[in-house]
Amino acid sequence: MGGNVATVPMGEGSGALPPRANLICFGASAAASAAVSFALGLSPFVWLVVTGAFTLASISIWSMMVEGRRRALDRVATIVIAEIFVLALVPLLSLVYTVVNEGLARFDSEFLTTSMRNVLGDGGGALHAALGTFIITAIATAAAVPVGILAAIYLVEYGKGRLKRAITFFVDVMMGIPSIVAGLFAYALFEIFFGPGIRLGVMGSVALMVLMIPIVIRATEEMLQVVPNALREASFALGVPKWLTILRVVLPTALAGIVTGVMLAIARVIGETAPLLVTTGSIDSVNLDPFNGRMANLPVFVYEQYKFPGVPPEAYIERAWAGALLLILIVMVLFLAARLIARRYGVEIRR
Amino acid sequence: MNETETMKEKEMVDAQAGPADPIMDPPASPSATATVDAKAKRIDAEDLNIYYGDFLAVKDCSVNIHPNKVTALIGSSGCGKSTFLRSLNRMHELIDGARVEGKVLLDGTDIYARNMDPVLVRQQIGMVFQQPNPFPTMSIYENTAAGLRLNRKKTKKTELDGIVERSLTGAHLWDEVKDRLDKPAGGLSGGQQQRLCIARATAIEPEVLLMDEPCSALDPIATLAIEDLINELKKRFTIVIVTHNMQQAARASDYTGFFNIEKSGDPGVLVEIDETEKIFSNPRLKETEDYVSGRFG
Ligand SMILES: Nc1ncnc2c1ncn2[C@@H]1O[C@H](COP(=O)(O)OP(=O)(O)OP(=O)(O)O)[C@@H](O)[C@H]1O
Ligand SMILES: [Mg+2]
Repeated sequence: MGGNVATVPMGEGSGALPPRANLICFGASAAASAAVSFALGLSPFVWLVVTGAFTLASISIWSMMVEGRRRALDRVATIVIAEIFVLALVPLLSLVYTVVNEGLARFDSEFLTTSMRNVLGDGGGALHAALGTFIITAIATAAAVPVGILAAIYLVEYGKGRLKRAITFFVDVMMGIPSIVAGLFAYALFEIFFGPGIRLGVMGSVALMVLMIPIVIRATEEMLQVVPNALREASFALGVPKWLTILRVVLPTALAGIVTGVMLAIARVIGETAPLLVTTGSIDSVNLDPFNGRMANLPVFVYEQYKFPGVPPEAYIERAWAGALLLILIVMVLFLAARLIARRYGVEIRR
Repeated sequence: MNETETMKEKEMVDAQAGPADPIMDPPASPSATATVDAKAKRIDAEDLNIYYGDFLAVKDCSVNIHPNKVTALIGSSGCGKSTFLRSLNRMHELIDGARVEGKVLLDGTDIYARNMDPVLVRQQIGMVFQQPNPFPTMSIYENTAAGLRLNRKKTKKTELDGIVERSLTGAHLWDEVKDRLDKPAGGLSGGQQQRLCIARATAIEPEVLLMDEPCSALDPIATLAIEDLINELKKRFTIVIVTHNMQQAARASDYTGFFNIEKSGDPGVLVEIDETEKIFSNPRLKETEDYVSGRFG
């Protein structure tokens, strides 16, 4: 420190750490704690914790000595935030790892191209369930998205007073409906017309729709609200009617966010199990008609394979993991698509 | 003269026919008026009282705004200039609870008449805002053509190209953007964006152009450019401009109106309006003189 301080009046410390000081500390700590853990025969988990602690300690001491208190605090804060971020990722990474690890065993072409028709024990696949999931979710989306977007447009652009408050309240209530209740609602609705014990693919769609609508409304509402009012006024001042302004100025500006919201809603319901158990039932063969008979789907497939294994049980458990992996992949593809669309059509919204 | 008389009569008759008719349709072919110095319409406000809910923001305002002239509105902050301006093209009523009492006559037709469609009013009376507000999803070209495009006016591509070029040239922006018409409008500088907004407003050939502090976000050079532009635009449009800049009012306007307010919470009143020269040299009221000479308050 000493001599240079006079010439650098702004800081306590005079020197500067090398550009990648944080990384260097992390690397050194990782190596050191690996040595310690290995010597003492400790688990990788301990190694991770020790690495974190070492990094924090070394960077703070080093920076304190060279750069002074202010910079040292900044570095400590950076490291702490990075470590907490890693901590938050641990469950996710562990989950993905487990599913991929267990699921790959049966994630083969047979799994993707055959159903469980006439399969006992080994072999078989989830084609029927994957197709069912697509059909059920597609119908639910096709019904929920228009309703949700129109409701959000009403709430943001037109609604006032009592009715608006009432709708907002009921959307909140809908948001909190347990998924099994949505399933029972769909069942009760169809039971009125078709009698007890009815199971149809479209019933599952109705249940999922009930779960999707409030999510779509909320997401769209939020996106419409951040569209600056100045744009609406600019459009009105050009003599554009309100409905055209909404259609051609407000919606395009909010499009990227709305698409992301819809994708999130789909991802949220595509893995729902409980409402589908009571509405679509399960079946071993492909059924493409949502209005006729039971329809298999991935969540229920996973559940049944895992819950009611036959002989040999490993075959069933492996199929369950592979089904879970397929579901995760579908959700991931959806998210990637949403990201791409958001980037393609995204506009920067200035307030 | 005779011709304008009959046109006016036709409009009045149409106005009674109901809002479905294009009562105040702009002249059939914009290109026809763009080259000729057309006579724009006048505005006469009669006893306007403008409210936000129960709050009376502007009281008893009567004013004649002359065609093809620039009328500047000055006055201290919060005295209701923007409010008054927005009531001239029915933008005011878009705010929750806001309403207007009184009459605003556009060449004799009351724009607040029961059967008058505000959308048609706004096609006749365009507006430029304080903050430039181009549409972020649209390119420079699309922004300029937005008034026609959004209203789904069927216009041939070549004709639209002509309108866009003419409007941008009129707004002194063409040379700067002609090579990047398909680029997003958000990439322009603030001054360029403001000129784009002026081009957008003029592209639909309104009769009247309202401008609410159009230069407040601009540097002196861009401000002068817009003042020049206003001077040219008044050949085709009637212009009302709100400004806090005394020199701007003195330079750019033919008439100047002074809004004042007794104390905060009171409604704003248009206390004096006259030829700009008179207001700045020999106003009728002492308060006007104090304000324009900077001895206010
Ligand atoms: N949306 C609104 N709701 C309620 N009151 C409003 C609203 N907008 C403006 N006012 C009030 O109306 C009065 C006039 O406001 P206005 O915006 O017309 O002033 P102004 O003369 O344009 O001021 P400035 O020069 O600062 O732009 C003010 O007292 C203001 O508080
Ligand atoms: Mg104002």
